[in-house]
Amino acid sequence: MTTADTVSRRSGAHRAGPQDTEGRSAEPLPYGFGDLPALMARMTGDEKHGPAATSTLDALWVLYDRVLRLAPETVGRQDRDRFLLSKGHGPMAYYAVLAAKGFLDPDILASFGSYDSPLGHHPDRLLVPGAEISSGSLGHGLPLAVGSALGLRAQGLTDPAVWVLIGDAEFDEGSNHEAVAFAGSYGLDRLHVVAIDNSSATHGWRGGIASRFEAEGWSAVTVDGRDHRALYEAYTAPHPGRPHAVVARVEPKHS
Amino acid sequence: METMRERFVDVTTDLLDHDPRLALLLADISADPFAPAARRHPDRVVNVGIREQLLIGAAGGMALAGMRPIAHTFASFLVERPFEQVKLDLGHQGVGAVLVSAAGSYDWPAGGRTHMAPGDVALLDTLPGWTVHVPGHPDEAETLLRHAAADGDNPVYVRLSNHRNATARPVEPGRFLPVRRGRNGVVLAVGPMLDAVLAATEGLDVTVLYAATVRPFDAAGLRAALGERADVVLVEPYLAGTSAGQVNEALADRPHRVLGLGVPREEHRHYGSVDEHLTAYGLDAAALRERIAAFLR
Repeated sequence: MTTADTVSRRSGAHRAGPQDTEGRSAEPLPYGFGDLPALMARMTGDEKHGPAATSTLDALWVLYDRVLRLAPETVGRQDRDRFLLSKGHGPMAYYAVLAAKGFLDPDILASFGSYDSPLGHHPDRLLVPGAEISSGSLGHGLPLAVGSALGLRAQGLTDPAVWVLIGDAEFDEGSNHEAVAFAGSYGLDRLHVVAIDNSSATHGWRGGIASRFEAEGWSAVTVDGRDHRALYEAYTAPHPGRPHAVVARVEPKHS
Repeated sequence: METMRERFVDVTTDLLDHDPRLALLLADISADPFAPAARRHPDRVVNVGIREQLLIGAAGGMALAGMRPIAHTFASFLVERPFEQVKLDLGHQGVGAVLVSAAGSYDWPAGGRTHMAPGDVALLDTLPGWTVHVPGHPDEAETLLRHAAADGDNPVYVRLSNHRNATARPVEPGRFLPVRRGRNGVVLAVGPMLDAVLAATEGLDVTVLYAATVRPFDAAGLRAALGERADVVLVEPYLAGTSAGQVNEALADRPHRVLGLGVPREEHRHYGSVDEHLTAYGLDAAALRERIAAFLR
């Protein structure tokens, strides 16, 4: 399917979510968390996703649903919150959440990875509506997030939060450690990290990932990455004067 | 004698006072002379420490947030060490920055290979869209730095060196400047190489063009300078032949010859002074004269 095909099919009842079971609503119903597997299936053709494909799903959903001050109508505003997907591998969950929240047309999902699709196997910010960065090569999102937080602060925008999602294996990349040490020392308190820990780092993180952040002066908390209430509380915990890291533990990738 | 790097500090300090969109990112190098600017603009002058991946990543993030970042350190640590950040955190994100390097190819010969970056311009040539300025005098550096800071969101590299010409030329960003007219070919001198090229070509019937901007390459300026003979000698203060492909492209429609002179690819395991290295590379006036005369005879 080409992009032109998908665009031509944008209007009409396709926007309605699966919750619209009686098919009589004039306005499409909002998507819920339960709709995400079906949205992901449009990309993969399989509603039964392994844990690796969905390791980020709950963390992303709670952020977009309850924490980020960001909507399709405000993506151009300078004072919006920023979410940077650093771990660009396996972006189906991210695309599904962006579609569920109205940033991109769900009908585009089926084009995933095809020549004219805006949706690559790693996201490109120039192609994906709502994507703040292009990622794929690991270890770039956190330094970019540091710069974004610095840039907002330099413009007197002290309210917008900058969030970046990384993976525990991605954390191997040394560039992350340059960013963590600097941000902690600098007290970059509008910077937030979500580290998805599915125990996929080859040599692991003895003492836990959170300890690396704490040692550099960050506020850090480790929670069950499938527990929406725990994620929400961790995301919204106060951290005056310090950047904040939430380590979201999920099922091991190789279990 | 004033260096381009000293002028960079003065000009950037002044620009920061007048352009609120401008930010300066440092990785310890030149942090001391920028201390007054950092005191005046603590949120826009940020020293990240000896962390060059972060230097470029943070510049990309600042640009994404709407700022015009200037990032500075030695060329080895600005372009070579964080090259993937230059590729992805700037270009691939669709944002730009001004990268200002010091030390170049041979500014600190006693410092050895670790502090020499003769491949910086060739590396940037693998990426789309970069403007590359190579001034030969502090006055030219000021002109090009001011232009770069105001050059929209474009990616711009400004290559500063302690090696300099005695006098400044009236450079126009992106344009080659004819300095001497002759009939037997063109010698294109880049940045600090001009004085040696002028001495080397004294009495030779050749045209000397001066380039303080090498990317974009002023193909029209080169073509306009050619007479009957399409023979071009490049004299560049970084890897020999870096701009040969640009010359070939500019002259694709006519038979031509190109000789690329510059810093050799081979490692040169000697210390000493800049002059000793220029002599060893065949870039002093006497060696240049011999090589240019042989090619354009």
